[in-house]
Amino acid sequence: MAELKLPVGKEPIRELTVGDYLELSGLMITGRDAAHKWLVEGFRKEVAPFLDGTVIYHCGPVVRRNDDGSHDFVAAGPTTSIREEPYQAEVIGRYGLRGCIGKGGMGPKTLAGLGEHGAVYLHAIGGAAQVLARCVKRVDRVFMLEEFGVPEALWVIDVERFPVMVTMDSHGGSLHDEVEKQSKRRLAELIGV
Amino acid sequence: MVGSVNYVETFVELIRRASTELPADVTSAIEKGRKREQGGSLAQKAFDTILENVGLARDHSAPICQDTGTPVVWIHHPRGVSTRQLKQAFEDAVRQATGRQCLRPNAVDTITGKNTGNGAGRGIPYVHFEEWEADHLEVRMILKGGGSENCGTQYKLPEGRLKAGRDLDGVRRVVLDAVVQAQGKGCAPGVLGVCVGGDRVSGFAESKRQLLRPLDEINPDPQLAELEARVLEEGNGLGIGPMGFGGETTLLGVKIGVLDRLPACYFVTVSYMCWADRRAGVCISEGGEVTWLS
Repeated sequence: MAELKLPVGKEPIRELTVGDYLELSGLMITGRDAAHKWLVEGFRKEVAPFLDGTVIYHCGPVVRRNDDGSHDFVAAGPTTSIREEPYQAEVIGRYGLRGCIGKGGMGPKTLAGLGEHGAVYLHAIGGAAQVLARCVKRVDRVFMLEEFGVPEALWVIDVERFPVMVTMDSHGGSLHDEVEKQSKRRLAELIGV
Repeated sequence: MVGSVNYVETFVELIRRASTELPADVTSAIEKGRKREQGGSLAQKAFDTILENVGLARDHSAPICQDTGTPVVWIHHPRGVSTRQLKQAFEDAVRQATGRQCLRPNAVDTITGKNTGNGAGRGIPYVHFEEWEADHLEVRMILKGGGSENCGTQYKLPEGRLKAGRDLDGVRRVVLDAVVQAQGKGCAPGVLGVCVGGDRVSGFAESKRQLLRPLDEINPDPQLAELEARVLEEGNGLGIGPMGFGGETTLLGVKIGVLDRLPACYFVTVSYMCWADRRAGVCISEGGEVTWLS
């Protein structure tokens, strides 16, 4: 099992293929529905340095605010990624992201974007909010908390050995495409259509 | 307080249990699923992480999943109990549970995009009330996450694409299609709550109510019991697997209920519940004595 330090360049990312199991360490950022729409509606220069060379985590965490104003992640598994399909490739290209983390996989537009920009789709285990929150060592800062609320804000987090699986790579490989094709074939056999 | 009973406190504990303690029958179904997967496969790894997570959540009284979902609640109450006060008590409990991080602030103003910040909002939580003959109150709830909710769907039969006519074989066909459409997006392996019949509203309500049934409970209607078992087996044969990684376990359970229908309508409604099949229940006696339900 390989450890991958963030931020990272394109070269190590190009070496990754579907089925690789990785542990991520370093700074990453959360962002989901509201964040992706907002990131493509303009160039958000205040957030851009925290996207460049790292990955965006599709996650709406449960967060505790401490008395000193700092925050801790209480629960932090991935959310379903396909909702970001209209935006993801553009967000990756515009901000220099090396990929995203989510669950359920994404579609052809994102897959093409991964190839074009040298990025990967990383799958975390959906619902594993405790296992994954324990990998978040520190909340560095947060953007758009007031406007978007806790689940939709962009949280910059420092993670240690955050476990993910490569399920879409920069060479056109997608585990999700394979599984979907196979399951559709089996359904057709079962019901004779 | 409603009468002499402090409902809010009990409801907060009910929510905490639902959010942090996976029911034993669900954990057992997950363990069985793990055994079916090949050693060292991505599917088995997914199950290992899931089981580790279930243990951590219980030990630390912390949410199993960060999407603590919409609380959907069914309350049976004796005659004379104020449902207005009960609803208010449940809403208060949701706000308190959110303050204690048992729930995520999950109510967003649809127009402005502003999060209410306290978990309660217009239509959230959703509480169904029914009066019964008994003297005690029974409260059952599920926490239904958004990823799985997005996989819910409603078919109207006949459905030509799937050769699904207005009979139980037609139901089987569309339900299997729903599993294929969901892939891993609803956090497979999932539990299906299905309603055959009803209208577009009652169908969804009943399909969610089916999710209150324990996974090992067998449908008292033998035809439905057979259909549940068959869809479970065939669904697992689709090979979608945990998280959609491919594998032997795509479903943990299938629960099918029936409502009568209009002659012109034949709806089949599917509610998809993620592997984190969170439900809890409580009985509250007239005197305020609390019994937790499994």
